[in-house]
Amino acid sequence: MSRVAVLKGGRSLERQVSLRSGARVEEALENLGHDVISIDVGADLVERLLGDRPDVAFIALHGRDGEDGTVQELLEVMGIPYTGSGVSACIRAADKVLAKHAMRDHDIPTPDFYAFNETAFRELGAAVALPAIEERLRFPIVVKPAGQGSALGIKFASTPADVPVALVAAFSYDRKVLLERHVKGRDLAVSILDEGGSPRALPIVEAVPREEDFYDFESRYVIGRTTFLCPAELAEPVAERAASLATEVYELIGCTGFARVDIMLEEGTDELYVLELNTIPGLTETSLLPQAADAAGIEFDELVRRILERAGEGG
Amino acid sequence: MKSSAMRDLMALTEREDVISLAGGLPDTSTFPPDSYASLMRTVAAESCARALQYAPTEGLALVKGCIADVMLAEGMEIDPDEVLVTTGGQQVIDLMCKTLIDPGDVIVAEAPTYPGAVPTFCAYQADVVQVRMDRDGMCVDELEATLDELERTGRRPKFIYTVPNFHNPAGVTLSFERRRALVRIAQERELLILEDNPYGLLRYEGDPLPSLLSLDGGNYVVYASTFSKILSPGVRLGWTVAPRPVLEKMNIGKQASDLCSSSLSQYFVAAYFESGPWHEYVRSLIEIYRRRRDVMLDALAEHYPREAEWTHPQGGLFIWATLPDYIDTTDLLARALEQRVAFVPGRAAFVDGRGGSCMRLNFSGVDETNIREGIRRIGEVVREQVALYGTLTGAAPAHGSARGGTPPTVGNEPLAPAPDSELAKILRLPAKRQRAG
Repeated sequence: MSRVAVLKGGRSLERQVSLRSGARVEEALENLGHDVISIDVGADLVERLLGDRPDVAFIALHGRDGEDGTVQELLEVMGIPYTGSGVSACIRAADKVLAKHAMRDHDIPTPDFYAFNETAFRELGAAVALPAIEERLRFPIVVKPAGQGSALGIKFASTPADVPVALVAAFSYDRKVLLERHVKGRDLAVSILDEGGSPRALPIVEAVPREEDFYDFESRYVIGRTTFLCPAELAEPVAERAASLATEVYELIGCTGFARVDIMLEEGTDELYVLELNTIPGLTETSLLPQAADAAGIEFDELVRRILERAGEGG
Repeated sequence: MKSSAMRDLMALTEREDVISLAGGLPDTSTFPPDSYASLMRTVAAESCARALQYAPTEGLALVKGCIADVMLAEGMEIDPDEVLVTTGGQQVIDLMCKTLIDPGDVIVAEAPTYPGAVPTFCAYQADVVQVRMDRDGMCVDELEATLDELERTGRRPKFIYTVPNFHNPAGVTLSFERRRALVRIAQERELLILEDNPYGLLRYEGDPLPSLLSLDGGNYVVYASTFSKILSPGVRLGWTVAPRPVLEKMNIGKQASDLCSSSLSQYFVAAYFESGPWHEYVRSLIEIYRRRRDVMLDALAEHYPREAEWTHPQGGLFIWATLPDYIDTTDLLARALEQRVAFVPGRAAFVDGRGGSCMRLNFSGVDETNIREGIRRIGEVVREQVALYGTLTGAAPAHGSARGGTPPTVGNEPLAPAPDSELAKILRLPAKRQRAG
């Protein structure tokens, strides 16, 4: 039995999701017989950790601060082992632009993209380059904030007139955004769980949006808005390719413990493209990683046990 | 149901370090703690056992007397037997739906409508048809056209929902001519109106207008109000005055919901009305809120860019601001929260995705310093967005603030009865899209 601090909530836009993930993790940890310290992450985080002296921290935070290496760095300084990936993997994964460059450099397929800071438009006249970008990426173009874990701020631009509106929206969430080629096809999530020091791809989940034409923040967390198929109905070679691609990305980014890799299976070409990797994917009732684990015969308590077991290896 | 993304964003507005112009809160810190203590002592001494007991579903006679007082202050004489005491004004909306709405039934509401009514309407699976507003409130000619159109498809609304005074969120007031027209339409077509009037007594300028209930004489109007804004939302007491058959059904619905509203609260309210002139507290609130409204209007003129427009409420708690259509206020809220300030994105007041570039601003729940600072912060992020869009499209961003800019915005002018194209523009919303399903 250990004293486990569950870090949840925080200031990120994904606070509510994180609170749900955290609550579920706490229940599992109690079932496993641990002494749980529940911490809604705020200005007193360091003070609380110094006071409570946990043996280990379970990070159930999503988005900014929790998933981007900030909290991990603090825990490193304080010498508290924590679950999931270490600082550098978190930094690389949380910034979609860094992650995509790493993938491109290592010949891992990811949709073509261009990324800019706000200053490029404000001070360097990048707007003049937009038609060239549009010509290369072709419409529709997906515009994304570089650092949001969920689909908040992700916009589709179908015409040149949509692009500035989409950029203004995306810049509401981050000072850096990317314009990405839209891959039309099936939305796959490959969850990875560390097993004995090597990553294992769990059964693939396919998200089939019901009401929306895009798998967005809405449906991602609302029961009944998206149908999830697990395991996804894929031809064996496609499933194998997706699994090995996800494992490759996991290792490239340098993840530890667990992660989720989002992949598009392109309609017509059957090509796979990696969109992003989440170092702390959702752990709520409707989240994909717990569903995938369940399909592999790993119940939630067991999933939490395994993640906790590898705490401290991400540093 | 309301978008979960917005719900998650709204959850962040409740953080302590955020200046929240998102709430709809009256300022209860103005109520003297000594008075509260003495009222509770009175309740304890005079009605302890009864206050701890159930009350009749329709409410205590004592409270109905208080309600008659409040309504008289708004120019309505009522028979206490026509009153149902409810758990906040919100319960009236719920009971109306519970009593009248089957899935797919039509409710006609204003565009925008009270954001708190949206989840209720949706929960009963009503088909909400929203009618455009301008500075004089709901456009009744458009209402008639909408009703004609519905009639052509064999549909008849179960009721028309309206907030005639100091609309939440739009901040406008239904003009006298339109009140008469609305009542006439209801009578001619034999349609019920739900008149929701939580703010009527909080008037900061201009003369009071007659309620729809008094114009109609109580045939087609179901009237709803509340103690929330003149005393306390914490007591959770509101009421409805309705035509007898509707009232009876609502009474049965209320029995099923909660048997009765809090007896403790009812005795507290009765003691409060017994203790002295309740108008004085309302007058003190009016003074405070008027100043806060003026501070917000000044701050908007100073800090919002010329491209923005907003309403000038004669009372109530809210200002409705409209930004250029390329700014999405749900996304903007994410950036505003970074600057530790919050508002309600306009989409919350629509069922059909409209309102994307609008926002509701509350001026009653925050002190003057925070109103100034809050508006300054929102103004800054809006200006950033406007400038960025200008850079992206090659359009020169407007320089300077609305103050002194041309054309003048509505925020700098009191509302006058004459139509005005500039003013009308404020509430002109994109044409209603055909809704699927």
